Amino acid sequence: MSANRWLPLLTMVALLIGWEALVRLAEIPHYTLPAPSLVARTLWQNFPSLATSWWFTLKITFGGLALAAVGGVLIAAVFALSRRVEAALFPLAVVLQVTPIVAIAPLILIYVESTTAALLLCAWVVAFFPILSNTVLGLRAADPNLRDLFRLYGATPWQRLRLLLVPSALPYFIGGLKISGGLSLIGAVTAEMVAGVAGRETGLASRILEASFRSETPKMFAALALLMITGVLIFWAFNALSRALIGRWHASEIN
Amino acid sequence: MVPSSVGIALEHVEKRFPGGLVALQDLSFEVAPGEFVALVGPSGCGKSTVLRLVAGLDTPTHGRVHAPALRDGSRASTAFVFQEATLMPWASLFDNVWLPLRLAGVTRRQAAGQIRELLGGMGLGDFEHAYPAELSGGMRMRASIARALVTRPQMLLMDEPFAALDESTRGRLNADLLQWWAERSLAVMFVTHSVYEAVFLSQRVLVMSDRPGRVVAEVIIGQPYPRAAAFRASTAYHDACRKVSAALEAA
Repeated sequence: MSANRWLPLLTMVALLIGWEALVRLAEIPHYTLPAPSLVARTLWQNFPSLATSWWFTLKITFGGLALAAVGGVLIAAVFALSRRVEAALFPLAVVLQVTPIVAIAPLILIYVESTTAALLLCAWVVAFFPILSNTVLGLRAADPNLRDLFRLYGATPWQRLRLLLVPSALPYFIGGLKISGGLSLIGAVTAEMVAGVAGRETGLASRILEASFRSETPKMFAALALLMITGVLIFWAFNALSRALIGRWHASEIN
Repeated sequence: MVPSSVGIALEHVEKRFPGGLVALQDLSFEVAPGEFVALVGPSGCGKSTVLRLVAGLDTPTHGRVHAPALRDGSRASTAFVFQEATLMPWASLFDNVWLPLRLAGVTRRQAAGQIRELLGGMGLGDFEHAYPAELSGGMRMRASIARALVTRPQMLLMDEPFAALDESTRGRLNADLLQWWAERSLAVMFVTHSVYEAVFLSQRVLVMSDRPGRVVAEVIIGQPYPRAAAFRASTAYHDACRKVSAALEAA
């Protein structure tokens, strides 16, 4: 158990050491591939300005994710109540899901005046589908015998929702949330890339583009490192949430 | 024909499913208040459908069903125990047993004394905070029966409740079930595949035919309660088992 716990960290450290050694021994120029030590130094020196951009990207990511969670659950509840509404609207959700966000983003940026709102919308489009489809599945996954039991005891629709359907759907919703967390970051960064460097407030993607125009490769890596850290933190946070909410009873969390 | 107090009666019941499958045909029987009746029959003969009709979870296509669940509004008069324990995995044992009362508007505080007493009497006193996944199959089934008994029902419907348990757990639960039944004024309809279990538990065994199911034989087990393990070794027990087996083969 403890060996497994340290294995990912050891792998990362080994990779970084290998990378550092490769750059030094082969004397690769820093504008082609900067050594991890140089990336760390660049990150440290530019941290105040990068942090502002990081904060912006975080706002878009979590804003989009929060909207996706609320929207996904509400739409799932409507779908679960009416198969007809689901049949009518689910294809639309699929169309939104399968169209690449890079392709929709320019249109969204044209139609939505506020750049922040447009970016939020892009993050939402990418993130809401896993939450929607998982929650619909979860609301339908309640044990048929438990459903019968609730009927036998004359449960009201509200009791059925609160005491049976919501707890049954919770593990599925959390599964969707884990996927959507990463997707929301992808949506936010993609939309920022399409939006370009214009505007006063800019996110990490704009910093990467900006650095790329100036051939500041170490700075590109520094911004990239922040994005990766963000993704990993989101992943960890939702795993922790999952353990806290369903850790004691759901098969996916019980060892 | 209709029992005046709280028993059940099925009169010429037919159940045809939307696909055209006839599960039950011309099925008639009665269960008196407080009686323990076992229902045996080949797989797929509609035993579970009978219980669902009595619970009001399904309606017959023809014929009439008289049962407590169909008479009063609250439905707390009838309880159901499934083959699986069917507990809510996200809720503690206490909360699972509380469920039927909770759905009727009884608060946790109001229910607490009654639930603790019930759990204690069923050997689950130390486990009220445990989750179903933390319990053995036998304990989960005990909890499922505790949930059924918590409303003090007049009719307990059991659909092969012990089929998935090992032999010794099953034996213990058979003996305990008889004790719990004896302590209450409660009619039990017990569906089982096991002739031995049916004879050990019940006052009367109804044998159903292959699909479409109807009652083709009735074996009265005229043996007094309490029935100890020694009953399983008696001639009367073996005679009754032979009779039920013969009826099943003819069915």
